[in-house]
Amino acid sequence: MGRKLDPTKKEKRGPGRKARKQKGAETELAKFLPAGGDENSKRLSSRARKRAAKRRLGSAEAPETNKSPGAKPLPGKLPKGAVQTPGKKEALSLFNIARGKKRPAPTHSSAEEEEDSEGDGVVNQEDLWGSEDSDAGMIDDYGAGSNSEDEDEDDGEELLPIERAARKQKAQEAVAGDQWSEAETDEEEEEEQVSAESGPREDEESEGGLQINVDEEEPFLLPPAGEVEQDTQAPDLQRVHKRIQDIVGVLHDFGTQREEGRSRSEYLQRLRKDLATYYSYGDFLLGKLMDLFPLSELVEFLEANEVPRPITLRTNTLKTRRRDLAQALINRGVNLDPLGKWSKTGLVVYDSSVPIGATPEYLAGHYMLQGASSMLPVMALAPQEHERILDMCCAPGGKTSYIAQLMKNTGVILANDANAERLKSVVGNLHRLGVTNAIISHYDGRQFPKVVGGFDRVLLDAPCSGTGVISKDPAVKTNKDEKDILRCAHLQKELLLSAIDSVNATSKTGGYLVYCTCSIMVEENEWVVDYALKKRNVRLVPTGLDFGQEGFTRFRERRFHPTLRSTRRFYPHTHNMDGFFIAKFKKFSNSIPQSQTGNSATSTPTNPDLPNVNGQVTPKSESGSPSTKKAGQAKQRLQKQQHPKKSSFQKQNGISKGTDTELSTVSAVTKAQASSKLQDSSQPPETAAVVREPKEAGKLKQHSPKLQSSRKAAFRKQHAPPKAMDTDLPAAPSLSKTQATPKPEDRDQPFGNTTGAEKVKQQVAEQPFKKAAFQKQNGTPKGPKTPTMSSRSSSQPPPAKRRKSQSRGGRQPALTSVDG
Amino acid sequence: MRPLTEEETRVMFEKIAKYIGENLQLLVDRPDGTYCFRLHNDRVYYVSEKILKLAANISGDKLVSLGTCFGKFTKTHKFRLHITALDYLAPYAKYKVWIKPGAEQSFLYGNHVLKSGLGRITENTSQYQGVVVYSMADVPLTLHNPQQPRHGMLLPQGPDKQSWERRHR
Repeated sequence: MGRKLDPTKKEKRGPGRKARKQKGAETELAKFLPAGGDENSKRLSSRARKRAAKRRLGSAEAPETNKSPGAKPLPGKLPKGAVQTPGKKEALSLFNIARGKKRPAPTHSSAEEEEDSEGDGVVNQEDLWGSEDSDAGMIDDYGAGSNSEDEDEDDGEELLPIERAARKQKAQEAVAGDQWSEAETDEEEEEEQVSAESGPREDEESEGGLQINVDEEEPFLLPPAGEVEQDTQAPDLQRVHKRIQDIVGVLHDFGTQREEGRSRSEYLQRLRKDLATYYSYGDFLLGKLMDLFPLSELVEFLEANEVPRPITLRTNTLKTRRRDLAQALINRGVNLDPLGKWSKTGLVVYDSSVPIGATPEYLAGHYMLQGASSMLPVMALAPQEHERILDMCCAPGGKTSYIAQLMKNTGVILANDANAERLKSVVGNLHRLGVTNAIISHYDGRQFPKVVGGFDRVLLDAPCSGTGVISKDPAVKTNKDEKDILRCAHLQKELLLSAIDSVNATSKTGGYLVYCTCSIMVEENEWVVDYALKKRNVRLVPTGLDFGQEGFTRFRERRFHPTLRSTRRFYPHTHNMDGFFIAKFKKFSNSIPQSQTGNSATSTPTNPDLPNVNGQVTPKSESGSPSTKKAGQAKQRLQKQQHPKKSSFQKQNGISKGTDTELSTVSAVTKAQASSKLQDSSQPPETAAVVREPKEAGKLKQHSPKLQSSRKAAFRKQHAPPKAMDTDLPAAPSLSKTQATPKPEDRDQPFGNTTGAEKVKQQVAEQPFKKAAFQKQNGTPKGPKTPTMSSRSSSQPPPAKRRKSQSRGGRQPALTSVDG
Repeated sequence: MRPLTEEETRVMFEKIAKYIGENLQLLVDRPDGTYCFRLHNDRVYYVSEKILKLAANISGDKLVSLGTCFGKFTKTHKFRLHITALDYLAPYAKYKVWIKPGAEQSFLYGNHVLKSGLGRITENTSQYQGVVVYSMADVPLTLHNPQQPRHGMLLPQGPDKQSWERRHR
């Protein structure tokens, strides 16, 4: 056990591990690269290397075409020309480091460049190189851009012997494949099918000097021979990488650097193919990423996905403190640091001499290995003590245990997951971490409000396509396509609606839902959130996370609700944590806008105050509804709808004002709810209301037929609990207010409780009812909001249709109210 | 999920009593509420009543775990105490054994503890007594219930308790 310490072998310690030279590659290369072997075998100084490079360039000038220059500037980027992705990471890091080294001496390199070009005698070639390298528009991501390229080419700083060897190899290849390479270069450089043009082009470019980027290889119109040839060999990643940089540079400053006759889309297409080749992505995913990110960020993102994120862990405050844990782990030989000022319990591990998942502290449950981005949704959820929390997709239990520790083992957490095997890990983790207030269940998340609902807060970490955690699972690069994303999105929508229905909007301390995914696709994030906003009585609230990128409010052809700005996106390349998306909802009403059935109409089976003891918790625990209502329920569907509403109204009396205000703010909420609400509101005795608005009755005449039936229902209800009605009245209007959107249905729904002439009264009842509601909202006892009312009335569709739709749960509203 | 029968309670209690003595009441009446034991799929869970109420809504085949699992009943209805019960039994343990830091790592990875690795031990611990094993930092590591001595393990009772070699379960 333990490292074998060999005192004779000193490891170089530079700015990074990769500062070490790779001796192995050098020796290997030396075997099959006889040319310049002498130079390779000796460790040359930088000057000597430059001279050697010049010499080589001079010899390889003629056969070299643009291809080789393309390759040469990045000989060191990859250990070998033929090496594929395995070496890519190292190559890239080498490349990055090399670039970093080259930065300090730009002038020097440019001077050398001049020398080189002259020395070579082939101005075109050199200048091409130079011009390629010195892309004015080169993005900073690649370091000093042209300068570094130049330096590379000129062996500016420590050009690794391996790079030189690779260059030599390139030269040889160039010599060997003169014809096709020439053809290739033609295409690559100019993307012209006429080779003749390539010459003058090159000249032009070379004359442009350091400024002009080599016209990027756009859509490859390679001669078949060349293409085939290229494919049979492994794609030359160096060239591809160079091309990527060049294209990005051109696109960055397209106006001046484009090639004539080449469209932007051709460049983009070429770039896409090259990126897919270089980073081994499937075409679909890469296309999506190109839509998401601007080019500079795109390459950073792709690079970041090649490298794993740092290991982070979260202290279990139920058993220890971060300070003590850090001390204990440091004593064991772990190199760690606090995670950041946004987390009080996080630690990031740089390296460790003991397995971090097997220390006694781990076994004692003092910490949990958890990604940094997985701590964020729980922080956004902010669970309070003595609350009832549902975690719908809890495996492997990191977030659940974090919730438990924030709640200090009080309250109850229902941890659910649909995957039985992964549930075992949840059980293990929760026991290990000392979580005592959790119940672990194995349901499909979509069953949720039926099984048990009325939670104060819900966390939904939805199953997703995993495009944010590509660094953990590279298979995602290729095995995701359109169907997968849409399937995930569909499932997420269903889960989100179930989760929303499981939240109790009237909870004293809660009513919040956090939806998060480890994906960066808009289809799985903003689209799902927007869908939920349309379908349920929820609104988005700030997550409480002060960092992270805001979610999109529009994306390509889609437009989302403006509050989506409060959601947060995290990326691996900007935040150094897994890609993540977090949205926090507040539910402001328990009714469902388009109540399809009575069941779904009320979603608060249990108040936090009144927990159902014996499994009688059902979504429809309209147990509160008066018995009279139940009696009347059989008679009309309307009644049915109204009953639940009534009970919920009653419950919500206390918060009617609140909901009202909320309502006013949320205009996007589907108006369907209003219809159902209206039905309820109709129940309460509208006698007072009726009196008020005689004039409005006229408008409602059309609704009379419907009103009658509802009236009957309303009558029945009214008589039974007179007092209740009173309370209902305020509640109902408030609820209808929450619906907010004047819907024809609202009007249709008869207040029914007209005393006198049925038709007129019904209509009147409707109006005054609304007025009462309005009044409530504004706190003015008699301030009829005629304008609004009239606006409503004017917008109403023919009553007959509406009534039916309302009774069915307001389908129409859905149709008409859907927001874009 | 159902409460334990008399028989089951007795069997379980006997096992637990080896570590904490006779006051099972300590476990049931806690300052933050009443706790109870429930049996589900042959496992005994220790839950507070508040959690029990919510758990009652979940159908039996979908319920995986609740509260803390104390142990399980085997097919022959013997009770096997699990390590997950440690956090609850440790505070009430009557007999404790502390292990030195050097021996702790070895012990955790499955090796025996020599008597030289023993740091402290409660007075009057009789042989074959169930004990809770702690690290020197007072972190409970495990429960230990020595069985009949294996070969070469006969040790005297008496004042020289330190001369025992404890077998790791």
